[in-house]
Amino acid sequence: MQTFLKKRIEVIIEAPALKKVVQAFDSRKIIGHTIFPVLAGSGHEGRWDAAGLIGDTGRMVSVMCVLDPAELDAVMIDIQPIIQNQIGIVLISDVQVIRREHF
Amino acid sequence: MSFFEPAIQNLLSPAILFFSLGLIATLMRSDLAVPEAVAKFLALYLLFSIGFRGGTEIAHHGVDGRMLLTLATGAALSFMTPFAAFALLKLLSRFRPVDAAAVSAHYGSISIVTFIAATSALGRQSIPYEGFMVGVAAAMETPAILAALLIAQRGPTDTVPKPSEIWRHSFLNGSVVILIGALLIGVITGQRGATALKPFVLDLFPGLLCLFLLDIGILVGRGLEQGRKYLTPSAGLFAIMMPLSGATVAAALSYAIGLSAGGIALFMTLAASASYIAVPAALRLALPQANPSIGLTLSLGVTFPFNLVIGIPLYIWVATRFLQ
Repeated sequence: MQTFLKKRIEVIIEAPALKKVVQAFDSRKIIGHTIFPVLAGSGHEGRWDAAGLIGDTGRMVSVMCVLDPAELDAVMIDIQPIIQNQIGIVLISDVQVIRREHF
Repeated sequence: MSFFEPAIQNLLSPAILFFSLGLIATLMRSDLAVPEAVAKFLALYLLFSIGFRGGTEIAHHGVDGRMLLTLATGAALSFMTPFAAFALLKLLSRFRPVDAAAVSAHYGSISIVTFIAATSALGRQSIPYEGFMVGVAAAMETPAILAALLIAQRGPTDTVPKPSEIWRHSFLNGSVVILIGALLIGVITGQRGATALKPFVLDLFPGLLCLFLLDIGILVGRGLEQGRKYLTPSAGLFAIMMPLSGATVAAALSYAIGLSAGGIALFMTLAASASYIAVPAALRLALPQANPSIGLTLSLGVTFPFNLVIGIPLYIWVATRFLQ
């Protein structure tokens, strides 16, 4: 089966800043992203848990999108200043997709 | 009536005991937890209920000059308090200016849960209060955030917040929308609405408040464990001094306005409380360089339990004993 090389960006970020990340994808006309809830974890400030939280503070979300390698640098120019000050991480990886025209 | 009688009644009320249960269970490392969706539902319900009941009270008693004056005074107090809090923090702590500014915003704004607990305590003692105090609570949510931004911009920070984004986040955040929306619906529907929704907004309220405070107790326990390193003696002193000084200023202002004893107690509670839901979320956008754990640890870990256990009965006692 033929597959095609694409880039996957995964941004795990504090919930209040989610909209900024989505806006960054939208502004670069990146079609398609998926937002996942994040249950619990551990970071520089210790363990955290989303159970029982009322507001967005302390809650993390994960945003994933797959895009063409040619678009990666432009998107990262927008994502980098967001992640600079917020709580979160960005992961970039190579992925294989079977429908090239989707990304 | 002495202070100790209502204070002990308050301590032994189901709401406080459920709060204590959540706190102690978490500190003992129990896996007791309220699911996130349930916690959000409970918060939504309490805001719906308190807003709607405030609205029906306004419909019953009408609008007067005191209401507008109290709204304006509340907003002004919320704006001014962060400046005093920042000055006190500079004196007592070694927090970075941006962290001190963020903490100050927590203390200028209000905790709606503390307010709800105070209305519940007034209800237990059959002390009436002005329905428009719900609107005052909403008016005191936002000005503190703007004051904190002004303070932070004076310091060494590269923060360039977009005012429109902050205003939008503050005024259109879910808790303010449901609170003010329910209040307006209460005003529009009046006694007819109050009768129709009584089983939901009144009869269920004490039980759901207990469940919500159980969750808050769990959050306080978790926050204290995670933020222990920020809880220095001077920071703890700040978190106790702020509610007491805020309540004192609010007592004088509300007495001058001519609020009832219940209204004065609620205004004192609002000024004494510190936000740990709306403001931290807004500050993650406005002052992302600030460490969110500091403000949360102080407001949720120290000031909230202080107000719940000691503050609220104290404010009610002062208002009914000296300012009626």
